[in-house]
Amino acid sequence: MSARLLVEAAGPGVTIQDEGRFGLSRYGVTPAGPMDIGAYLAATRAAGADSAIEISLGGAAFRAEGATLCVAVAGGDFDIRLDGRPLPSACLLPLAEGARLTLRAGSSGAWCYVAVGGRLDLAPTLGSRATHARSGLGPKPLAVGDALPLAEAAPPPLEPSALAAPWLASSDAPIRLLLGPQDDYFALEEIEVFLNARWRIGARSDRMAYRLEGPAIRHRQGHDIVSDGVAMGAIQIPGDGAPLALMADRQPTGGYPKIATVIGADLGRLAQLRPGENPSFRAVSWDEAVATRRAYFAAIQAGVKREPLSAEPTTESLLAENLVGGVVNAKD
Amino acid sequence: MEYEAPRFLDCGEAALSVEFGDSVDPAINARVLALDECLRAAMPAGLRETTPTYRALFLLYEPLEISRDALIAAIEGLLGPARIEARASQPAVRWTIPCCYDAEFAEDIGEAAGLLGRSAQSLAQLHAGADYRAYMYGFAPGWCYLGGLPDALAIPRRTSPRGLTPQGATLIGGALSLIAANPMPTGWYVIGRTPERMFALDRDPPFLIAPGDAVRFELIDAETFRTLDARALAGETVARRETLK
Repeated sequence: MSARLLVEAAGPGVTIQDEGRFGLSRYGVTPAGPMDIGAYLAATRAAGADSAIEISLGGAAFRAEGATLCVAVAGGDFDIRLDGRPLPSACLLPLAEGARLTLRAGSSGAWCYVAVGGRLDLAPTLGSRATHARSGLGPKPLAVGDALPLAEAAPPPLEPSALAAPWLASSDAPIRLLLGPQDDYFALEEIEVFLNARWRIGARSDRMAYRLEGPAIRHRQGHDIVSDGVAMGAIQIPGDGAPLALMADRQPTGGYPKIATVIGADLGRLAQLRPGENPSFRAVSWDEAVATRRAYFAAIQAGVKREPLSAEPTTESLLAENLVGGVVNAKD
Repeated sequence: MEYEAPRFLDCGEAALSVEFGDSVDPAINARVLALDECLRAAMPAGLRETTPTYRALFLLYEPLEISRDALIAAIEGLLGPARIEARASQPAVRWTIPCCYDAEFAEDIGEAAGLLGRSAQSLAQLHAGADYRAYMYGFAPGWCYLGGLPDALAIPRRTSPRGLTPQGATLIGGALSLIAANPMPTGWYVIGRTPERMFALDRDPPFLIAPGDAVRFELIDAETFRTLDARALAGETVARRETLK
């Protein structure tokens, strides 16, 4: 029997994602893709996978069938258990036939990625396996009873290990952004209000947009613009002045002014905030945005390191592990 | 209004909007599409995707592969040829889209006609008699925005959205018309329905109309709608495509 991953529990909004469906935005197609690209890359690279299951706050549980699967988990600080045994929130593990992997929202973070080493046997839609639920593109959101067949299964590790990926660490530091593209629709004082406020992530936040609750941001010259393209992380101010951070499932175009855009290196940190949490923002220079991006992707490119589970890791054990196990990056 | 020189607006550090003007205007849109074509032919390394909209070309790029300055320099090198191309440009293709305006296919036509102070029949005739330009897609896959709506049919959008549109809904809102693909909530008015599939995953190509194409509507009755709908369901393209020039 070919190997399959069985879905035994799935909250709302558990979807398959790859890096996204690019090239068709000219026809109104949203790229979708992971909410937290850094966590997605940590999981997929550690497992050697070309797509991942994105778990929402509702959690999920899986069981392997037909083979022991190589599974990597990375994302927010979720509660991860293998047959009841707690594992670090970022880990690589063998999922033996019949063993149950459960993922529940933990102390922080909103999204978690489960990558199965090898290749899920899912036909691409318009070149991608990313789910965009709103337009019905890609696989349907996962539900109890679904079985994900593997076209190829990667060899599993011998035992579970922690994954060291420093870019997954949560932080209270302000989310960095670049002003624009339509910051000229706002008086300087309104931009100051936006940058100085302590915001609250609204309850009705999802893969499409995060609502920012706080002071109303007033437009200087009306709130309608001729619709134009929208980047992930764009902060749009509609007519009521309540900002929306547009996320992975955003519409490809929009007709409200965008006061600022979150920089690429901080999109994952913004995505990992839960409703009720309180971000603030800091405007950075172009050079800082690019330098931060370079450092962020260089760290991911350098790979995820495995750490033994047993005791607290010591410098010696880390060094030994790095010398022996080296960098886990099955794709490169 | 078309700007004297395009504006380059950063949308984060990995996207750039090249804005040619601040209005919905065929000449401005022609400049967007001409630059899009030149840039896609040149496709500098690091440029990931181009998205033409009414008055701006949205570019996704990787700044670690191509710097913002190098990308802008590449664009500036193409603006001259693109301007000449835009001046000469005429739609290369005209689509005739069958559309039924009967109330059973046009849930909001009575409401829209009332707001515009005319009969549903005259609204339909006016809408079907005009020449449109496909400006862009947006909102959802296959949602194609059309300029050329007669002034008499310009209508303020709803303050809150109506329910799901039927597949193939033809809508009006503001000074524009729109053909919708899949069902979505909208603030526009459904004034007709086409049996054509604006977006079909299993068809090659999945999308029929290209930005910049000319579009006309052909008024059809309910019986014709049903006949064409069955043919469209079987995979046939029921809109007519003419090559112009």
